[in-house]
Amino acid sequence: MTTKYKEVAYYPGCALDGSGHAYNTSTKAIGKSLGLKLKEVKDWNCCGAMEVKNIDPKLQTYLSSRVMSIAANEMGFDTVMAPCNGCYHNLKKAEYDLANDSESADVVERLSEKAGHDTYQAGQIETIHALDWIKDAIGEDGIRERVKNSLKGIKVANYYGCMYTRPRHIFPEKDQGGASESTSQPHFMDDILEAAGAENVDYPLKTACCGGAHTLSDSDTSTKLVLNLLQAAEESGAEVIATECPTCHSGLEMHQIRAETNFGIKTKVKVLYFTQLLGLALGLKPRKLGIHENVSDSMGFIKEKGLA
Amino acid sequence: MIPLNDIEARIESAETASELLALGEAVLEHWLEAHGKNPTATKREGFRLLALHRQGAQGEPSFNACRETCRELVYHYNLINLDPEHSETAKRLRLARMVAKHLFLFVSGKMEVDGLGEFCCSSRPLRAQSS
Repeated sequence: MTTKYKEVAYYPGCALDGSGHAYNTSTKAIGKSLGLKLKEVKDWNCCGAMEVKNIDPKLQTYLSSRVMSIAANEMGFDTVMAPCNGCYHNLKKAEYDLANDSESADVVERLSEKAGHDTYQAGQIETIHALDWIKDAIGEDGIRERVKNSLKGIKVANYYGCMYTRPRHIFPEKDQGGASESTSQPHFMDDILEAAGAENVDYPLKTACCGGAHTLSDSDTSTKLVLNLLQAAEESGAEVIATECPTCHSGLEMHQIRAETNFGIKTKVKVLYFTQLLGLALGLKPRKLGIHENVSDSMGFIKEKGLA
Repeated sequence: MIPLNDIEARIESAETASELLALGEAVLEHWLEAHGKNPTATKREGFRLLALHRQGAQGEPSFNACRETCRELVYHYNLINLDPEHSETAKRLRLARMVAKHLFLFVSGKMEVDGLGEFCCSSRPLRAQSS
């Protein structure tokens, strides 16, 4: 275990306040169990997500920079942990734009002055994902030491979605060889859950699109994409899909139901956040991990596996 | 060129990895032609599929969301063809079909949302007439 990331600023973002609340609950629960301190960013705002970014990318850069400015300049942190792939991606993109695009820096400076807060300067904050947080602060050996209910015998397909590793240029710390994360074959979630005892399956669609952006505009396309992800997980031998993105997670859960009601195709694979699986392995109760808040019911499976 | 609407059914009935690779190329050809580009005949890392993907992502960075799907299709093609007698070949072929299907769903969904291609009410000829 390292001292890195033992105490970080926590940016849950909008999704973890709403549809991904179980991810928020389980992230906080495992942090507490592992002795890692999370200090929520004060008065945080939306990262700019997809909607703002599509209309005005520089406004998204400003919105993300404000979160980092508060963490750095008002709270004194040098690390922000964002469990949501969209938030993580957007903060990373803002960091890149501010370091490489003077027009973005000008817009951020002007809007920050107008809003009355310090302008965020590139390099003040390192944005990390919840996977980096656990992997670096605790590590696989640290997890093995703390496991109370091994996930032994549970076959897991680790699903990262498309925003955790793309575009590559905003993640300069990835693809550095050794133990660094890979943008083409990400493995941090695999490493963490394997240390908790799980048996990871070879899942060929671990970074494929879940159709999240089409959910409202073209639900059938999203349902077909998700159904294919679910069926591929089952074909790979998985009993559970582990997720690390609230948009992917809710899409998988909702379209699993929609695939059954609209297309008559039922899939049995369970969908759980990696934080929930890790929490179960650490001996936390399902309720503490927000498993009752998930749309899909995994309780029977969890009891059958002796995890509750 | 194979009509886009026929590709999904062909993927589901494909019996070889070579067929799936060719169908993946056909999907990307549709994407390129809808964008007014001439699909390349060149190869990248030994595969036309990867060259077509790279061509399709030029000026369209969000298209990289299917980059690994293309690479997985190539990976499964290699797995199957390097050891066709392997006990898991049938399973690998089923997974390769799912990977190819994901590529089709992603690209065709993206084309439909962008109003490209020949789709029912958003058909390009109809849009051209109404404009």
